[in-house]
Amino acid sequence: MSTGATGFLQRYEDAVGRLPGDSALRAAAAAAFREAGLPGGTQGRRIEAWKYTSLRPVAEANFQVSPRHEAETLLSGLTLLDAPRVVFVDGVLRGDLSVLPAVSIARFADQPDFGTLTWPDREPMVALNTMLATDGVALNVPAGVDGGIVQLVSLSGGQGDFHPRHGIRLGKGASLTVVEVAAGQGAYLLNTVAEIHVAEGAHLTHIRLQDEATTAFHVSTTYADVQAGGTYDSFTLNLGGRLSRTEVHTQLSGPNATAHLNAAQILAGSQHADFTTVVSHAAPSCSSRQTVKNVLGGRSRGVFQGKIAVARHAQKTDGYQMNQALLLSPDAEVDSKPELEIFADDVKCSHGATVGELDAEQMFYLRSRGIPDAEAKSILVRAFLAEALDAVANETIRGLLETAVEQWWERQKA
Amino acid sequence: MLDIRGLTASIGDKPILKGIDLTVPAGEVHAIMGPNGSGKSTLGYVLSGREDYTVTGGSAMFNDADILAMAPEQRAAAGLFLAFQAPIELPGVNNANFLRTALNAIRRAHGEPELDAVQFLKLARAETKRLAMPDDMLKRNVNVGFSGGEKKRNEVLQMAILRPKLAILDETDSGLDIDALKIVADGVNALRGPDFSALVITHHQRLLDHLVPNRVHVLAHGRIVRTGGPELAKELEKSGYAGLIAEAA
Amino acid sequence: MAAVTETLDTVQSVTQSGYKWGFETAIEMDFAPKGLNEDIIRLISARKEEPEWMLDWRLKSYAAWLTMEEPRWARVDHPPIGYQDLHYYAAPKKKAGPKSLDEVDPELLKMYEKLGIPLKERAILAGVDPDTVENTQIAVDAVFDSVSVATTFQATLRKAGVIFCPISEAVREHPELVKQYLGTVVPTADNFFAALNSAVFTDGSFVYIPKGVRCPMELSTYFRINARNTGQFERTLIIAAEGAHVSYLEGCTAPQRDENQLHAAVVELVALDDATIKYSTVQNWYPGDANGKGGIYNFVTKRGACRGARSKISWTQVETGSAITWKYPSCVLLGEDSVGEFYSVAVTNNHQQADTGTKMIHVGKGSRSTIVSKGISAGHSNNTYRGLVRMLPGAANARNHTQCDSLLIGDQSGAHTVPYIESRNLTAKVEHEATTSKIADDQLFYCRQRGLSEEDAVGLIVNGFCKDVLKELPMEFAVEAQKLLAVSLEGSVG
Repeated sequence: MSTGATGFLQRYEDAVGRLPGDSALRAAAAAAFREAGLPGGTQGRRIEAWKYTSLRPVAEANFQVSPRHEAETLLSGLTLLDAPRVVFVDGVLRGDLSVLPAVSIARFADQPDFGTLTWPDREPMVALNTMLATDGVALNVPAGVDGGIVQLVSLSGGQGDFHPRHGIRLGKGASLTVVEVAAGQGAYLLNTVAEIHVAEGAHLTHIRLQDEATTAFHVSTTYADVQAGGTYDSFTLNLGGRLSRTEVHTQLSGPNATAHLNAAQILAGSQHADFTTVVSHAAPSCSSRQTVKNVLGGRSRGVFQGKIAVARHAQKTDGYQMNQALLLSPDAEVDSKPELEIFADDVKCSHGATVGELDAEQMFYLRSRGIPDAEAKSILVRAFLAEALDAVANETIRGLLETAVEQWWERQKA
Repeated sequence: MLDIRGLTASIGDKPILKGIDLTVPAGEVHAIMGPNGSGKSTLGYVLSGREDYTVTGGSAMFNDADILAMAPEQRAAAGLFLAFQAPIELPGVNNANFLRTALNAIRRAHGEPELDAVQFLKLARAETKRLAMPDDMLKRNVNVGFSGGEKKRNEVLQMAILRPKLAILDETDSGLDIDALKIVADGVNALRGPDFSALVITHHQRLLDHLVPNRVHVLAHGRIVRTGGPELAKELEKSGYAGLIAEAA
Repeated sequence: MAAVTETLDTVQSVTQSGYKWGFETAIEMDFAPKGLNEDIIRLISARKEEPEWMLDWRLKSYAAWLTMEEPRWARVDHPPIGYQDLHYYAAPKKKAGPKSLDEVDPELLKMYEKLGIPLKERAILAGVDPDTVENTQIAVDAVFDSVSVATTFQATLRKAGVIFCPISEAVREHPELVKQYLGTVVPTADNFFAALNSAVFTDGSFVYIPKGVRCPMELSTYFRINARNTGQFERTLIIAAEGAHVSYLEGCTAPQRDENQLHAAVVELVALDDATIKYSTVQNWYPGDANGKGGIYNFVTKRGACRGARSKISWTQVETGSAITWKYPSCVLLGEDSVGEFYSVAVTNNHQQADTGTKMIHVGKGSRSTIVSKGISAGHSNNTYRGLVRMLPGAANARNHTQCDSLLIGDQSGAHTVPYIESRNLTAKVEHEATTSKIADDQLFYCRQRGLSEEDAVGLIVNGFCKDVLKELPMEFAVEAQKLLAVSLEGSVG
């Protein structure tokens, strides 16, 4: 028996009254979810935003409360930074496994706050999260404070479905680095929603390392609002998951705000990963930069959808986007939809996209120097990825990501 | 030919020219020298009618007509030519076509018959040859993919073809090697005559060795602080602007 | 070069009112009653003296259309179209064939004159003295509302083995060819508008170039909507057999009217081994007035199938007219080493909306495609490029290069780029580049400093921006296209 949209709605009906926070908001979200269903889950209904990713496998899965798993073992197997960490196990904050940061944190379970930026009415998976969220964390960095690095670790297992709800708020001139790491074992669904506010002159670095079990589903939707002179600098590395969708909506609300939405996806087997972004330039003189790389082996499918939207009054916008895909196997597929929506005339906006295999001349050059085929390939793929990872300025964090890539590489060999 | 009285101009709220008085009689070449930021290029732009600059006072008469009241293209038709310090690229617009369109617009304004493609090409080829430029200069898109030197030579080519009465050369010598410099100077010298004047904006004495001016003016802080003969340029080359500016202040 | 100068002259000579082709011709018309049902389709088929199979094909298309919905994914916005408020058939009343120009309806002649068709061709179009006129290079088919009124040079073409005739005639005279190819590139139920067209199409051109023949002249069709409250649904089918080569041009105009009129054409191209089809369009349907009142709704399905090895289909379009343009001339590259090209200039001004682009579907090994799109938005208009490049698993070593540039004039318009890139073959290579910019102030100033007026400068810069596309047009069209660009952008600066 699959859970499906009906099952999720039933879960909500059963729990209504016991769920924390604004019940009217949850009811509205449930109504929206009932109307929309899971994208791709209903035959014949197509949503442009989900053109290349169907959640039919999610709709067909049977999610159930899972037997307890050894979170400690999972955690000890992870490479993490020597920095504070907030650990979630099956969507629930575990104080005993966490090393709490100096910045103010609040549990969603205790102080539920759904925020103001999300669109449960437009995004079915956000509606699902809003309907069922029970825990999460709110990080608050006061004006002028450097909050250092905080790791948000998610460990999941079994066949459960988890809907954490996070909030990150930076006061004027504050700074913070958030490193999200998601891993697990099993055929679970992790469906996270995060809301981010970056005040005037504040700087948030947001790193996402998605290394879920290759049997799991991972959906992550982030909304960020950046005020004048603020920076939202994000990097997403998708390695795991049977099916993943990472969606980032960034609004540049004040002049001279900046967004970086960089990403790399490395897939093999029959993995499917979708990186979808919208950057809304809603104020003049903002800039956005985006480099997205897909490396696709096996029968995997990589999707990139990136929209740069420039409002009428957002003059002097500087928007640039590059996405590149490298196909390593005859059965791999890439789908890319870079999009420009421009309503202001004095702007500099461009995008580029390339799709192809490894450069034959480079391969030949390496092999003519005595490097075997497989090694030559791996050298060139790494070089291709290095360009993306270079966007991560912090060397320690870049090292963490590079290690994850190396481990992924080792797993493929095995 | 050109008579400027008390000319003041600003960009936004920032005054750049603070009262320029300058007369260039017909047939003369005047040099404008001065340190960076003194307003030299602004003077060229204001005279040719660039919209970013606001004239806040004074007058500029060109052959007894108030040029400040004219649109840029009317000034061009009246015979004013600005050789840009950084010539603009026009992708997809070929040089010959651009020049012929400009030349015919000016000829129309004078009630002269337009040149057809054949007549024009004959004229243009003669000029490119005279200026020792490759023929393909005419075929290429305006300034697109040109080296710095090529762009400057292209400005001189345009000037030679449009035959202005007053040419303003805005640092046309910057970034040129000695051969290119000679070509530029020769280009201007070839036009010299009783009906042609030039205002040569430059940093260096070098160009003035080949293009000997009748008068040299030193511009500093938006005003002309000193005027002299060709020897003034040589003096500046030796002693720099500092003393002069201090003296004026 | 001369053409640009001409463009500038045109700008100076044309008044602000712009659209020169907005006249209406008072010709006695034969209308079908308003509305659409099986009986109307039977009537159209009967008027066309069609065989039974053609009627069946239409009825099947109609049945499919009834189950379909208007597409909503394009970035265009319009009030609902009253499909039952249109005449689906309108034709000039038939008279016996004229013996000389004097006998031709003078209104019809006047129309051709206004359309700028040369005098000799006007005579030929009017049905006088075919094949005696020398020095003309283009064979013309003119489609006036629902019917093809005349096709020139039939005999010369026949000598070369080329068939160029109204499609209604082809249905009667060459049923085997029509049956073999019609609806094989654009299936009857391909999309809402294609299905509608398949049910009610009234005329259009049919071209067949036999094996090894290089068509001795350019073929051209002028489309003209004249009657009020009519839809125009032409259907064009062009087949180039092995090694054949043809260049086809189409031009379109319509009267200036307050109400919107529907135009939903289907064009199918088939290129066999080593065949080449070059299809050029200058679309200048009435765009509506400065306030967005009136204008043609242009919902067109154009697709070419490169069925043969080394076959090539090249689309070039200059789209300046129509209130709404919804159009994606596409290539299905089936043949090995086949080539698809799409060169497009789309200009929108005032309240025009254009959602146009292409699809390049790579099936065959070594197939190559090139897309060059130049969008210019002025006034309150919206201009969208929407394009798909799809590399299927068999498309080994296929290549695509796409260059997509938008130019904004004024700060009230929108320019949008929506490419879809899908690859399922690792040896295929796709490259896509898109830019958005405006005409820089320093470019304008530079031109004006050299003596050009602001409007001339804009014309020159815009023509430069579009050069990569305009150079693909046959000479005769290039001149017209450059003039149109300038006229379309009138009043957009200053």
